[in-house]
Amino acid sequence: MKYAATGKDRTQLLEYLWEFQNEKGYISTSDIKKLSKELGISWIEIEGVISFYHFFKRKPTGKYTIYLNNSMISEIKGFHKIREALEKETGAVFGGTDPTGTFSLFETSCIGLSDQEPAALINFMPVVNLTPGKVKNIIEHLRKGGKIEEIKDEVKDYIRYKNDKGEPVLFREYKEGESILKLVKKHPQEVIQDIKDSGLTGRGGAFFPTGLKWEFARHSQSMQKYIICNADEGEPGTFKDRVLINQMPGLMLEGMITAGYAIGANKGFIYLRAEYRFLKKKIEDTIQHFYDIGLLGENILGKSFDFDISVVMGAGAYVCGEETALIESMEGKRGGPRTKVFFPVERGYLDKPTLVNNVETLCVAARIMEFGSEIFSKKGTENSQGTKLLSISGDCKKPGIYEIEWGMTIEEMLNLCEADDVNYIQFNGFAGTIRTKEDLHHIISGVEMGNKYNPYIRGGGSVMIFNSKRDVFDILTNFSNFFIAESCGLCTPCRAGNYLMGKRLEKIKKGEATFDEIEEIKTWAKVLRDTSRCGLGKTSTNFMVEAIDKFPEIFKEKGQKEKSFNLSAALNDYYDYVKNN
Amino acid sequence: MDLRKVIITIDGKEFEAIEGQSLIEAAKNNGFYIPTLCHFKEIYPPLGTCRVCTVNINGKPDTACTRKVFDGMKVEVNTPEVLDNRKAIVEMLFAEGNHYCPACAKSGDCELQHKGYEMGISSSRFPHLFEERPRDFKDDRIFMEHNRCILCKRCVHEVKTNKGENVFYFQNRGHNMLVGMDYEKAKELTDEQVIEAARLCPVGAIIAKGKNVAKPFGDRKFDVDKDIKWIPSEDIKIDIPKDGKKKIVATTSLAGCFGCHMSLLDIDLELIDILELVEFNKSPLTDIKNFTKQCDIGIIEGGVANSENFEVLREFRKKCNVIVALGECSIWGGMPAMRNTLPLKDCLEEAYLNSISSENDEKIIPYHEDIPKLLNKVYSVSDIIKIDYYIPGCPPNADHIWKAVKNILFGAGEKVAYEEFKYD
Repeated sequence: MKYAATGKDRTQLLEYLWEFQNEKGYISTSDIKKLSKELGISWIEIEGVISFYHFFKRKPTGKYTIYLNNSMISEIKGFHKIREALEKETGAVFGGTDPTGTFSLFETSCIGLSDQEPAALINFMPVVNLTPGKVKNIIEHLRKGGKIEEIKDEVKDYIRYKNDKGEPVLFREYKEGESILKLVKKHPQEVIQDIKDSGLTGRGGAFFPTGLKWEFARHSQSMQKYIICNADEGEPGTFKDRVLINQMPGLMLEGMITAGYAIGANKGFIYLRAEYRFLKKKIEDTIQHFYDIGLLGENILGKSFDFDISVVMGAGAYVCGEETALIESMEGKRGGPRTKVFFPVERGYLDKPTLVNNVETLCVAARIMEFGSEIFSKKGTENSQGTKLLSISGDCKKPGIYEIEWGMTIEEMLNLCEADDVNYIQFNGFAGTIRTKEDLHHIISGVEMGNKYNPYIRGGGSVMIFNSKRDVFDILTNFSNFFIAESCGLCTPCRAGNYLMGKRLEKIKKGEATFDEIEEIKTWAKVLRDTSRCGLGKTSTNFMVEAIDKFPEIFKEKGQKEKSFNLSAALNDYYDYVKNN
Repeated sequence: MDLRKVIITIDGKEFEAIEGQSLIEAAKNNGFYIPTLCHFKEIYPPLGTCRVCTVNINGKPDTACTRKVFDGMKVEVNTPEVLDNRKAIVEMLFAEGNHYCPACAKSGDCELQHKGYEMGISSSRFPHLFEERPRDFKDDRIFMEHNRCILCKRCVHEVKTNKGENVFYFQNRGHNMLVGMDYEKAKELTDEQVIEAARLCPVGAIIAKGKNVAKPFGDRKFDVDKDIKWIPSEDIKIDIPKDGKKKIVATTSLAGCFGCHMSLLDIDLELIDILELVEFNKSPLTDIKNFTKQCDIGIIEGGVANSENFEVLREFRKKCNVIVALGECSIWGGMPAMRNTLPLKDCLEEAYLNSISSENDEKIIPYHEDIPKLLNKVYSVSDIIKIDYYIPGCPPNADHIWKAVKNILFGAGEKVAYEEFKYD
């Protein structure tokens, strides 16, 4: 809804807020009052949107705002030392700004640089492989008035494996516009058929058949439809989309054009997570180039098909990777997942049919156009076709991106990335599943679900490897804190449940929980799984439940037979007080 | 447009519903009750926040407010699994907020309390969090009590100015989420709209100042549930044991007000009959200070606020075969636990140094080795020892206590009927 008087649009709220945030490092009360008037919405509603997103600040921040990733991968690569060094060098305390107003320090969830941790963003420019020494140099440089551009890192893309046994689908030479040339010769229905034939499923990790989703979107009756490329890669340990965008931004655009052509949409958005702002210029330059050469705009390649693409910035919220939360965010609202009365392909962005696909999915779709469905369908296993990008990080010699063919075993994968001491592997992000050195024969696949008798593992995207020196309870605590921080809060089980689970984990870690209380975790997890509103809550307890089964010995060590109560700890406050008074 | 009819099955019974209607409304129209806290009318999109209406739809758990009926929809509302999921969510809400029912204006008319009674929640499986939350008195007409808010989203959705602007809106996210109020927009509401907002709130989080009339006793909305027939718990007839062996009972009051013991005495003349069946050992009623034998049942009133409470409770567990937590304080902390959201230091200073007393010159914090030492917070008895049964209420009604204890001692365990359930 546009307000004629001001020309401002409620759905662009995030963009307006970013303007204030970028301009002076925070959003002031008068900014909000002004927006409130211009948009005709209440002040409290704008406050509500601001406070939902991690990167919007209501208090002034320093000239340089530093966000340090606190994910588990960062933790094993030296997070605590870097945190300490940052506080020492800047004179600021985490969560605040130094007295001179130069530096603000904040922790943040995974920023998609797990292959080069510890990493941070300084005014959204990345610095990677941090050491206390490097921190010292950076801060000195900035303090002396040096530019961030001079010390920021060029993020490297470590593409370690391109399905060397066969041939890659994604990481082969990119020939600009090839897929579109083939695309426009086909009828949209043929395009959908090609995607269906290929067996492509959603690469974001849900593995919904892409062709089917496109067909639903095509059959939705509407004059206006939208394509959204989900580049809100927030799952900790995942960075494949970052690499794809950096390597082949054009391929992503071609994928979006393909999808638009197939379903009858003429407007596409790339919802880019704020953490990847350093990629924004590259994407926008590529978009401009596509307009220049006639791959975007009106009458693409002489066909009566128009398509436009623009970039929309997120503002720091993991849950916005969920497609309906993403749409809410794009409409300028709090990024809470919608109730699934309608699918986005029926009613999505601005209540119009909307197709949301992951970056990787769209890139593969473009490749299918370019080479035909067989390049994909002939690869993989019987039930799951194609290749998949894995983001591998943690305790291995070669962290990076691996384009593997479904059917590879965990052992082969570990050999490729040269991980020789493996105790705990977290697959598919924190919400995923655990494997240990007992499971090396498990086959990585896209469809077959793993269980005790059927050694398959569904490989969503990220693989985090932890060696035997890592304390499993540290890993679990880090994961639990992540879900507590990233739950949107809309539904009871996810909001209260994750927090309660975190408290229970803390109790177990301290050795104060009974065996019954440890077992109880499983029943609590079931409540979250059954009743949560979206995938976040439904999957946020998997790791804890699996850890109890996979590492029984560590829980046995911590568990108590009978209720124990630490009386002296409970009396500390009292004794401390009376002693001092 | 034709209203197409579809056939749905709820717990094995077939019902007719209008296509496109939400399951929760369709069930209600057919006289079938599915509990909920956030749903108050059909809205698009549905709020879907509390998740209390979780049922099984064709074998999969989902919420009845967010799903539309379709032909052949098979719904299970009352399987043990589904019932337990729902109960867990309500217990979670009790653990998450700070719900001191006896001190709440909405008590008796509160939908959260109502769900608690209905589902038979005598204690929450989740430990209470006792986190400090704001109380917002800033507005002239509306008092926001965030300790009680269950974030159902009703007010966010429904309470708007005549221009359609939001008065309430969610702030922050996750565990830190709360409902913020726009004081300027609130001024635009009429008095009737303010009262309506307070009425819309399922709990006592939105209070219309000077307008919420508390009904402490009697015919409060949820004291007796007229819609549902409840089977009262069995009042078993007990014969005097032939061998003359009486059951041995011990009682104590920890951090509480002795109100539960007062309620025990309210059993009145029947106490004489009770003495035919049971014998009291250590108890304030008998003034027996120390256990003289192993007891069949130990009844604990009050929470654990100090080192002495802790010792007494431990001893009860050793000396009694069955332990019953009597009343809210013992079950989860109750009114004394109001101090749990504050540091101990603040409580001590407020009570002994800063408040007005008759002996103004003697403001000291008592400390002596013989005085019990205060714990950092008030704990529930189940934080310390294993509890076998819970009897809710503040205090529980006398008849109810006796019925429950009798059932535990002689029958098949305790079961609380709806009418007997009270958290205040």
